[in-house]
Amino acid sequence: MFDSLSDRFDGIFTRLRGRGKLTEKDIDEVAREIRLALLEADVNVRVVKSFVGRIKERANGAEVAKSLSPAQQVIKIVHEELVTTLGGAAGKLTMNSRPPTVILLAGLQGSGKTTAAAKLARFLERDGKRVLLVGADLQRPAAVEQLRVLGERVGVPVASIGTDPVAVARAGIEEAQRLGRNVVIVDTAGRLQIDTELMDELRAIRDAVDPDDSLLVVDAMTGQEAVNVAEAFAETIDLTGIVLTKLDGDARGGAALSVKEVTGRPIMFAGVGEKLEDFEPFYPDRMASRILGMGDVLTLIEKAEAAFDADQAAVATEKLRTGDFTLQDFLEQMRQMRKMGPLQNLVAMLPGVPKELRNADVDERELGRIEAIICSMTAEERQRPSIIDGSRRIRIAQGSGTSTQDVNALLKQFKQVSQMMKQFSKVNKKGKRRMTGLPPGLDPGLLGGAGGPGGRPTG
Amino acid sequence: MSDTLALVVFVAIFALAAFLIVLPRFVRNREAKRATAATRAPAPPRPVAPPRPVAPPRPTSETGAPPAPVGEAPVEEAPAEEVPAEPVRLRDRIGKTRASFAGLLGALRRGGKIDDESWDELEEALLLADVGMTTTEAVVEGVKARAAATGADAEALPALLRDEITERLECTATDRSLHHALDGPTVWLMVGVNGVGKTTTSAKLAKRELADGRRVLLAAADTFRAAAADQLAMWADRLGCAVVRGQDGGDPGAVVFDAMDAAIARDTDLVIVDTAGRLHTKVNLMNELEKLKRIIERRPGALQEVLLVLDASTGQNGLVQAREFAGAVDITGVVLTKLDGTAKGGVVLAIEDEFGVPVKLVGLGEGADDLIPFDPAEFAAALVE
Repeated sequence: MFDSLSDRFDGIFTRLRGRGKLTEKDIDEVAREIRLALLEADVNVRVVKSFVGRIKERANGAEVAKSLSPAQQVIKIVHEELVTTLGGAAGKLTMNSRPPTVILLAGLQGSGKTTAAAKLARFLERDGKRVLLVGADLQRPAAVEQLRVLGERVGVPVASIGTDPVAVARAGIEEAQRLGRNVVIVDTAGRLQIDTELMDELRAIRDAVDPDDSLLVVDAMTGQEAVNVAEAFAETIDLTGIVLTKLDGDARGGAALSVKEVTGRPIMFAGVGEKLEDFEPFYPDRMASRILGMGDVLTLIEKAEAAFDADQAAVATEKLRTGDFTLQDFLEQMRQMRKMGPLQNLVAMLPGVPKELRNADVDERELGRIEAIICSMTAEERQRPSIIDGSRRIRIAQGSGTSTQDVNALLKQFKQVSQMMKQFSKVNKKGKRRMTGLPPGLDPGLLGGAGGPGGRPTG
Repeated sequence: MSDTLALVVFVAIFALAAFLIVLPRFVRNREAKRATAATRAPAPPRPVAPPRPVAPPRPTSETGAPPAPVGEAPVEEAPAEEVPAEPVRLRDRIGKTRASFAGLLGALRRGGKIDDESWDELEEALLLADVGMTTTEAVVEGVKARAAATGADAEALPALLRDEITERLECTATDRSLHHALDGPTVWLMVGVNGVGKTTTSAKLAKRELADGRRVLLAAADTFRAAAADQLAMWADRLGCAVVRGQDGGDPGAVVFDAMDAAIARDTDLVIVDTAGRLHTKVNLMNELEKLKRIIERRPGALQEVLLVLDASTGQNGLVQAREFAGAVDITGVVLTKLDGTAKGGVVLAIEDEFGVPVKLVGLGEGADDLIPFDPAEFAAALVE
């Protein structure tokens, strides 16, 4: 539905190929595409204006580096500018030298404050802090109950003593002192930034607990409204940082840029999943890649390191290269890979994968079926698929609950792809080729042309 | 570092390899799915000149109105009994925030000839309302045509814009009522991403229908979010209606199944199923939703509405949400929540344009009464003013 910036640029830059320098007219045209891409990513209209202005300034007259095409050059500029804007001052929580440290969470209804509170508590506990959660959302039915359940899951006590939010927050601090907890996270009710009564209440809570950090929780799917919300909350409680939630969806998350630009406060954390451990520090360059619809190599690296056994992977790579990669290896590696999350997300993180592939609809159950098929083969069949004849096929199909066509398709596809991969990994081994394009051995017909410009330079 | 690089190269190759091995199967399955979908639901053609939806009749007496007979009366008639001053409310609520927007269209109000700057301003206003680039361009074209036809000056642009938006919305959907089964319990299924207000909306709907004299049952099929069932149960308690719930972390299918049984046994008119929030990118959760729908469909004709709940502050991702939820469970309408803030919810314009799914209700706050029928003219006025 939405073209990434790199896709958008393809058209323009085929015309510009071979030119040493971008003219002002070229830049105008490019700026328009950048504007569209940012708007589609939900960056606020006014933020887009100033941002595109800065890009134009930088791009104007910029010499095109020898190693980069004009398209890559501009994308690099945009990417750098995005990283600068999103990053800037390091986002670290202030730890009070006289505990307890108080962290106040605020935001609109449904932005994910309660979940973020529990996730943050878990995050800090693992960092050696002793956290107390304070449920000051007395507005939404069962909100405190929700916090209690989540607190139990992450092993953090929850306090909610009193009948008005300000008293509850104040009592929470006392409770923390009594229990000897050194961090207090105060979860507040969701409120609209134009609701003066509730905003006054929020200010009263702030005054009562004197937080070391006041974090605004923002849904990554928020549109233009993000600016109004951020402005109002920043004005009311002097925000020190932002938590961006629901980043595991497919929203481009332009709201991040808007909020950062308007408040000047760092985005500190990102919520990236349903589980309580799906919470991580915010990485500006990853977000920049995401807004632009580019690959995300760094996240891929991290996930790979967590999920794969390096030695095994090295052996498997060697096998791929020599063409000895068997169905057994495939099965083992696939199981490890599935630990890294849905296959589609992984492929989306690879730079240079054409959008036809990136946007392909992937049903994870298919992987399960493939696993079942391989599991229904004998050890010998997995080593030497060529021995699989008609009756073996029927047995495998029955054993895995699939059809013989499925078995055939898998065998055929496996053979073809392992051929391709053999070629690709050879090139990689030899030339230390950067992962900026598709493996040269891949069938261009299948993939719909060459890949887009690459991600960041590795190393 | 070189180790890491090698590992990543391997994973990359491998992920691609695995992907390419599985891809032909996805494509095949998807095509098969698409083929069945195409035969099932042809896109509704846009009527050229649709009639304006008839304004709901407004009884003068508050108590005298008899409960509407089940099955016959669409919800349209209901709200008037309780909230006689409805049309004013959206304007009132939104009125608080007029200033920011008026500033934008302020230049237009100054009058004078329409120039490029006027169009830029118009475009910016629509983009700021989350209407999105594609629909914004279409709307601006429409306004241009209107302006050319009437020879209007800049002062008239806001009015032309309002007319254009109203007409577009009226074109996509003439029926914005909520439907009831002719016989036996009706089921409405609430779906949407996390935090849009499904549970609150379920409760508000229950309140409206209870006020209409229907027997309502709330089904707490959100077994995932901690205390979600408690939240719904507290609402049910306040409203005085029945609730069916399962174990936390249990099977939502079982809850729906039990709710259907209970509805039939207790001679219930309406079951409102509150589901867990799910991002449309999670294949297994979307499959779970399809399963819930199949369980409801075991009783033919019961499932009358599948309502996508959408937060008014959602940006362009709302389009993707609509597409994905429509693909999984054939949504019949949209509920636009939290419109009492400064968010304009303009993405629903794009959603109606692209998918023809009508917005049926608008949520205006956390109170049980803050749910009103969607009115294109009201919405357009709120977007433009």
